[in-house]
Amino acid sequence: MSKFTKKKSSELPAISTASLPDIVFMLLFFFMVVTVLRDDNLLVQNKLPKADQVEKLKKDRSVYIYAGKPSSRYQDKYGSEAKIQIGDKYTDLSNIKFALTEARQKLLPELQDKVMVALKVDEKTNTGMVTDIKQELRDLNMLKIIYITTPGNEVTQ
Amino acid sequence: MARRATPEVNAGSMADIAFLLLIFFLVTTTIEKDKGIARQLPPKEPPTDEQVKIKEKNLFIVNVNRSDQLLVEEKLMELKDLREAAIAFLDNGGAPAGSPEYCNYCKGKRNPESSDNPDKAVISVQNDRLTSYKMYIAVQNELVAAYNFLRDRESERLYGWKFTEMTKDLDEGKIKGETAKEALQEKLETIQKLFPQKLSEAEPKKSGQ
Repeated sequence: MSKFTKKKSSELPAISTASLPDIVFMLLFFFMVVTVLRDDNLLVQNKLPKADQVEKLKKDRSVYIYAGKPSSRYQDKYGSEAKIQIGDKYTDLSNIKFALTEARQKLLPELQDKVMVALKVDEKTNTGMVTDIKQELRDLNMLKIIYITTPGNEVTQ
Repeated sequence: MARRATPEVNAGSMADIAFLLLIFFLVTTTIEKDKGIARQLPPKEPPTDEQVKIKEKNLFIVNVNRSDQLLVEEKLMELKDLREAAIAFLDNGGAPAGSPEYCNYCKGKRNPESSDNPDKAVISVQNDRLTSYKMYIAVQNELVAAYNFLRDRESERLYGWKFTEMTKDLDEGKIKGETAKEALQEKLETIQKLFPQKLSEAEPKKSGQ
């Protein structure tokens, strides 16, 4: 009986916080692993077409060009015509050369001649726009391109 | 008896659990890597009067119109049949036996009306400006698949492995050692020469505008 009375009189025991750092670290690691670092803030819709005969992209030597209709939150401002995005802003067709040269300068100097242009184009875009971009690239002598796709196949689905 | 504090929970194993989870996520998540169809654009050259002559039988014309329909060699075709048609064209080997153009590894029908040999065979894709990009990529994908199929077949016959698998291994750095890499590169080039990828793209028509 005396044992019970003694316990009741004691104060509420503090919860041990020894494991708190571990939990925090665990969460930190988890987010470090799952987050994909995204350099560019997408301003256009970007649903990529499907393909399965693909090669890998070497990220250290590539420059991205996005194209597609403006995202829904920008449509009031920029309309629904397909647009080109390089870096963080919309670019005009006539401005591509300048924007690409700028983007190329951000790469490592020894990789600048091996630059590869990654085209991330929405599947609903017209081919005409892609052709225009390719013409500009030929003018710039950036001849290596890669059409970024998602895994899958148009025929079997 | 003195008041005893409640015994503390042993937190020693907490670190172990955290590490276990960390390793689990490290192993299971793959960092997303972009993949796609690589292409080399033709360099810009001053226009010349010289015309490269390609015999019509060595040319495989794929036309895509503004409503994403395929016209292959003047016949309407579904996308799913394109791969087979391209393989049949590339693998035809129509040059007669004994001639310098004769293709001794072709397994096609040897139709004299179709391509002479894979080296001569050119696939030409013509798009409309209003063709959707989705269709454009689907057509490119099928044509690359046709080449890959034939290259796989030849590399299996010559070396016993698949061309596409070995290219992938080389890309991923699974092949160790410089000499092994060079030897493989050489073999891959041999295969590429047997079926060189000759995909041409005509300027899109403006009819859709």
